[in-house]
Amino acid sequence: MREISVNTITEHIEKMCIEVNHFLSDDMKTALKTAESSEESELGRQILGQLRDNLKIAGEDMIPICQDTGMAVVFLEVGQDVHLTGGNIEEAVNAGVRAGYTNGYLRKSVVSDPYERINTGDNTPAVIHYSLVPGDQVRITLAPKGFGSENMSRVFMLKPADGMPGIENAILTAVKDAGPNACPPMVIGVGIGGTFEKCALMAKQALTRPVGSHSDIPWVADLEARILDMINDTGIGPGGLGGRITALGVNINTYPTHIAGLPVAVNICCHVNRHISVVI
Amino acid sequence: MERHINTPITEEAARDLHAGDYCYISGTIYVARDAAHKRMDETLDRGDDLPFDLKDNVVYYMGPSPAREGRVIGSAGPTTASRMDKYTPRLLDLGLKGMIGKGKRSPEVIEAIIRNGAVYFAAVGGAGALLSKAIKSSEVIAYDDLGTEAVRKLEVADFPVIVVIDSEGNNLYSR
Repeated sequence: MREISVNTITEHIEKMCIEVNHFLSDDMKTALKTAESSEESELGRQILGQLRDNLKIAGEDMIPICQDTGMAVVFLEVGQDVHLTGGNIEEAVNAGVRAGYTNGYLRKSVVSDPYERINTGDNTPAVIHYSLVPGDQVRITLAPKGFGSENMSRVFMLKPADGMPGIENAILTAVKDAGPNACPPMVIGVGIGGTFEKCALMAKQALTRPVGSHSDIPWVADLEARILDMINDTGIGPGGLGGRITALGVNINTYPTHIAGLPVAVNICCHVNRHISVVI
Repeated sequence: MERHINTPITEEAARDLHAGDYCYISGTIYVARDAAHKRMDETLDRGDDLPFDLKDNVVYYMGPSPAREGRVIGSAGPTTASRMDKYTPRLLDLGLKGMIGKGKRSPEVIEAIIRNGAVYFAAVGGAGALLSKAIKSSEVIAYDDLGTEAVRKLEVADFPVIVVIDSEGNNLYSR
């Protein structure tokens, strides 16, 4: 049994909140660079150029890449041989978010109640997903999510008979409805299978996979590549103002499902697809 | 076409802008997003005055990140305009002449834009660090308790936007 203090987790999360809101991961930087060289529309290239300048300013002047610094989504994979000490893990995660968003000059975008809507003032609470895994390590993944794109995300409870055309149509429908609202070029996370909530969670997890990576399952990897082409044929383009590059990548995760169902969740993310992981 | 425009924008000036024009806005603009719009709507219901005069003015749908010490503002890009659609026709009918946001508008808003000879601009979503450089001053003028959703008065210089919906209802997103 390895002991890990929850204070260590708080400290990591504070740093990760600040890092991820000012610097994109290498996979996203590469994808945006490739996009600029392959965009066919002049206005599209101009917008992608502004996004390049924006990233440079964000890093150099420590101004968040986007003012919507998101609701903090935290995946905690805890080794079953770890003993977390020194306090409550949920409070420790929220203390990290509170410190990161306050000390990092990040926007506080969370309201305490979905109807009464009073801002909590420190961007807590986070949305935390725990999983128990073999081993004696803790892996923290932080993925702050902006709501321009989150609002355009969908869950489709398809019939098994809908098959591949149904899956493709579901993804394309969500992307076309999102259009300019979701700050294209987008990154698309898809969950296929499981249950209602499992497919939505898979779609979120898929967004934390590196853009440009592919599933190990051949039909899924094929679909990731094929649907990206179909999305880029829509003509939505950067900023929704027309062009080739509507999405930078499509990541699909799958899980076994029920004989009666084919759930498909589409979690749309903007070009500020923030994800960062650390292993303790 | 590339244009330099100053605020306030008269109806005549708004009618001269066309969907697809790339504009640089200079002057005073006002910031309001979801919660501020709801509160302004309630203010009008009570017959009270709004925090700023709508006549020929421009509203920017935005909620900035906090400014670091010595800075004017933090990251300051546009938010999705459609969430303000419910409140917008009323504001346009009262004289609001321009809006800056991102994303689609409802048929009711487009009708009100045409009816009032107004204009809807988009700024590039997710470029808040870059856009903050065009903001020269920022002052909270109402609803301070709303935090990032407070109403602000900004002075901007060559703030880059694109005309998406013009006074005739031409819509760049629909092309």
